[in-house]
Amino acid sequence: MGNPMPENPVLNRLRAQLGEAVVETHAHRGDVTVVVHPDRYHEAMRLLHDDPESDYDFMTDITCVDRLKLKLQPRFEVVVHLYSSRHNARIRVKTRPLSDTDPRVDSIVDIYPGANWPEREAYDMFGIRFNGHPDLRRILMYEEFVGHPLRKDYPVNKRQPRIPMRDIPDDRPGMMFV
Amino acid sequence: MTNDGPGFFTSRLSDGIAWARKWSLFPYPFVTACCGMEYMSVASAHYDLDRFGAAWPRFSPRQADMLLVVGTISQKMAPILRRVYDQMCEPKWVVAFGVCTCTGGFYDNYATVQGIDRVIPVHCYIPGCPPRPETVLDALMKLQARIQKEHHGLRGMVGLPIPPPGEAT
Repeated sequence: MGNPMPENPVLNRLRAQLGEAVVETHAHRGDVTVVVHPDRYHEAMRLLHDDPESDYDFMTDITCVDRLKLKLQPRFEVVVHLYSSRHNARIRVKTRPLSDTDPRVDSIVDIYPGANWPEREAYDMFGIRFNGHPDLRRILMYEEFVGHPLRKDYPVNKRQPRIPMRDIPDDRPGMMFV
Repeated sequence: MTNDGPGFFTSRLSDGIAWARKWSLFPYPFVTACCGMEYMSVASAHYDLDRFGAAWPRFSPRQADMLLVVGTISQKMAPILRRVYDQMCEPKWVVAFGVCTCTGGFYDNYATVQGIDRVIPVHCYIPGCPPRPETVLDALMKLQARIQKEHHGLRGMVGLPIPPPGEAT
């Protein structure tokens, strides 16, 4: 299982600069995860990107976890995967927006321009607002769509058609709905 | 002479026009997903849609008379599909290609239209994920049989009633 306090130069640099804002760290088979406080998240990303010892030059993905059914607080967790082509190393950075009703974290588009669309996707699907994002609007769903479909409290059977649907019963003969 | 139905001449004419139309279907391939690979296979030389006169895809709906909806239709795409259908000139026929277009398939979620018959009328349903090319050819022949049964006149066409949703032609 994961080592709670891995000895890692990158983590040591993060801890030295952020102190208590590094909430939690663990590593599994060399893959390091660090959880940072949302107030210092942007600073941590800046450090990971700029520091020659870490030099994470590639932002692989940004996504989010809704921990509603896990009954964890805070509810949302934004997950960022970074890769360093110089060191051939990866790191996973997590941050948990403080508010459940209006979850906000800083945008990292100014550090990683490629974060633009993944942040829009996280906003579209989970309703995370990224402070300082240049163009924060839905990317996959349509403008009229209400709510955020990947939130765990979004009703599974809810449909929001853009045009009126023709009236067809759901229990058509010869058709199976599981 | 009184006559309830079409006379000898008009019914022969209708048969002739139907024969011409069923062997010269111009498909509009509305391809959105992986079923498109199977469509390409059907259209290519091995299975050869051209044997049925339906090989020349028209990428303008105004020149097409068979709308082949190939692949998942999302809620975002639904108004576009509706517009393409409305832009097609009569006579026109719609084929739902693959289970996603028939019922939504396993995409029973917020993003997917649960069968394109909720957006436009459908004449022929082809199930399968994706359907075998033979199934597509079978559907095409069934559609041709249906076109032959419809009444085609010089001033337009009296089509057969569109089948209830979910029921094959």
